Amino acid sequence: MSGGVDSSVAAAILKEEGADVVGVWMRLVPGGADSDAPRCCGTDEAGEDARRAAAALGIPFYALDYADVFGERVVVPFVNAYAAGETPNPCVACNQHLKFDALLADVVRKFGGERLATGHYARTRTDAAGARHLLRARHAAKDQSYALYMLGQRELARAVFPIGELRDKAETREIAERFGLPTATKAESMDVCFAPGDYRELVRDRAPGAFVPGPVERVDGTLVGAHAGIGGLTVGQRSGVGVATGERMYVLRLVPDRRAAVIGTKEQVTRTSYDLGDVRFVAGAAPSDEFTTTAVLRYRGTPLAAAVRVSGNDATLELASPALVAPGQAAVFYDGDEVIGGGVVKPALR
Amino acid sequence: MERVYLDHAATTPVDPEVAEAVARVLRDTPGNPSSIYAEGRAARALVDGARAQVAEAIGAQPAEIVFTSGGTEADNLALRGALKVADGRDGLVTTAIEHHAVIDTARDLERHAQARVSVVGVDGDGVVDPVAIREAIDAGTSLVSVMHANNEIGTIEPIAEIGAICRERGVTFHTDAVQSVGALPFDVRVLAVDLVSINAHKFYGPKGVGALYVRRGTRLATIQTGGGQEKGRRTGTENVAGIVGLGVAMRIARSRQATESPRQARLRDRIIAGVRARLPDAVLTGHPTDRLPNNASFCIPGTEGESLIVALDLEGFAVSSGSACTSGDTEPSHVLQALGLDRELAKGSLRVTVGRATTEAQVDAFVDALARVVARLREPAAVGV
Repeated sequence: MSGGVDSSVAAAILKEEGADVVGVWMRLVPGGADSDAPRCCGTDEAGEDARRAAAALGIPFYALDYADVFGERVVVPFVNAYAAGETPNPCVACNQHLKFDALLADVVRKFGGERLATGHYARTRTDAAGARHLLRARHAAKDQSYALYMLGQRELARAVFPIGELRDKAETREIAERFGLPTATKAESMDVCFAPGDYRELVRDRAPGAFVPGPVERVDGTLVGAHAGIGGLTVGQRSGVGVATGERMYVLRLVPDRRAAVIGTKEQVTRTSYDLGDVRFVAGAAPSDEFTTTAVLRYRGTPLAAAVRVSGNDATLELASPALVAPGQAAVFYDGDEVIGGGVVKPALR
Repeated sequence: MERVYLDHAATTPVDPEVAEAVARVLRDTPGNPSSIYAEGRAARALVDGARAQVAEAIGAQPAEIVFTSGGTEADNLALRGALKVADGRDGLVTTAIEHHAVIDTARDLERHAQARVSVVGVDGDGVVDPVAIREAIDAGTSLVSVMHANNEIGTIEPIAEIGAICRERGVTFHTDAVQSVGALPFDVRVLAVDLVSINAHKFYGPKGVGALYVRRGTRLATIQTGGGQEKGRRTGTENVAGIVGLGVAMRIARSRQATESPRQARLRDRIIAGVRARLPDAVLTGHPTDRLPNNASFCIPGTEGESLIVALDLEGFAVSSGSACTSGDTEPSHVLQALGLDRELAKGSLRVTVGRATTEAQVDAFVDALARVVARLREPAAVGV
């Protein structure tokens, strides 16, 4: 339970169904530090909200400390990725390493629990053969299946997403109100939860080397200016490169060993072919070495027609028309509403 | 599910007779003890009666009892109040296993240059060596603070010897007796103690009320200012109902001690024997025999205290790891660290403290549940189904 309405309602639904529900709040940032960000799901303020929600539901509640593993598996890779000129997705890393690994193991061992329910907007199905499937949420506008693509059969066997079955926001609100959940009206934060405000401050603090100025170049190598450090840049961004060339230019590539930012036109920055690493499939294996799919390149992004060619843990994504996705982001494969799998976009080769 | 409460070191359920006495005061005695009219006099009489009960229970004079909001305030008053009037003798000697209310107060005084703090270590059983206290005392020492019995591991400290040393050296001696008063005989006519912290909710009294015994002639400054209650030593309108509850709880504890403490010690030993039989690698923490009659504490290899508490809670048992004040902290407690325990082993700490309502059947059920839970926690997580 994050302290937000979604996970509270998820607990309420299960409780109403008669399940034996235990609420857990995960401390993700080290305790002791004052909470400057009441909306952050990893701080004490949120922990208190979760505690109140659990009390309102009459379920046991525990605040457990995952700050070490969060630091190691989410924050450090996040900083390193920015320092390497990539754009990480910390929610994907958190789902993979925290919720559906560290927490899931504790659910089984510590609590003797059978299932791990979260407040994610997604659905699961088990077919006649016993295989588990991951589907978009019924309420499409809130769908979060993108950030869960890495779940395999093992995790899905334990996962429950009660609010993924809800039709709309009104239904969520209605349940929250019916249970008197104190989290019924809460703003949704788009900040990186462990770096409220500007994440670049965190990167600057942890990886000062990523904020050493470097050259801004065109694709042909022409030097056109300087930037303040690649840690503050994202592939695909338009502004902030620090040059005025008269035409709209975008960050095409970041070259950490020379601290260079290569810029290009809109035509140059969008591509049809991307290399993916750490490719995973919900079913445990790719449907075939080559398959067609619809690819989603960002959270709540538009599905794009694509073909995937799998080679071991890597894959090549061929889009039907050019699109932009920064290295470090997830490319997720769908078949209609079903998540097939996905991978992490690799940096473009020179 | 039937709940089995085995965390009496954290707090005890209020005795029904105490609850009734507290309720009666809240209902029938509205006055302020400082008021001179009838309602005030009635409240004053209740506070005086409770003062006499508390004093009698520890062999003190009523005038030597100062009521506080609990053990933490009593400890703060003892340390801060004694050092405030030390006239340049700013030395404070204490131990590595004190409750946070003492050790953190000492550190705070040190940080604000109000005390020079010497912290004396303990042996592997958690026992303070009186010789080490003697050696830590110097010409500038004004106060020694050593707890009577440790809240986490139950070890009883040699406060009679330490008190004698302090008296010989002309140093004020404070003991935090929050865990022991009620469970162990405690008589200030026998023990050379000058300041003693007491807390009602550790012996079936209400939370939020305690006392500091201040031996006649011991210099002590107030640490808060206001209306001058408790002869100016602890100002603030008295918690009349709580104080009455403290007095009644003290009287009951004293009358039951001779039968109840040996009974609890048998339950404690039954837990220790049961754990040793079922989990042979479990390590008993604290002194094997000189320990509180209700305290069985262990370190269980291959487990974490937090996991044990959570798993046992869901099985219906309330126990703790280290002290309740540090629950949720992943570091081994300062007490376990002071014992010199292996850091990994210390993570699996478990404190089981029995009470008046504890039965043999509950203790046996607990040992069964513990063995079951530990077996599960030691398995690699079988996430797949």
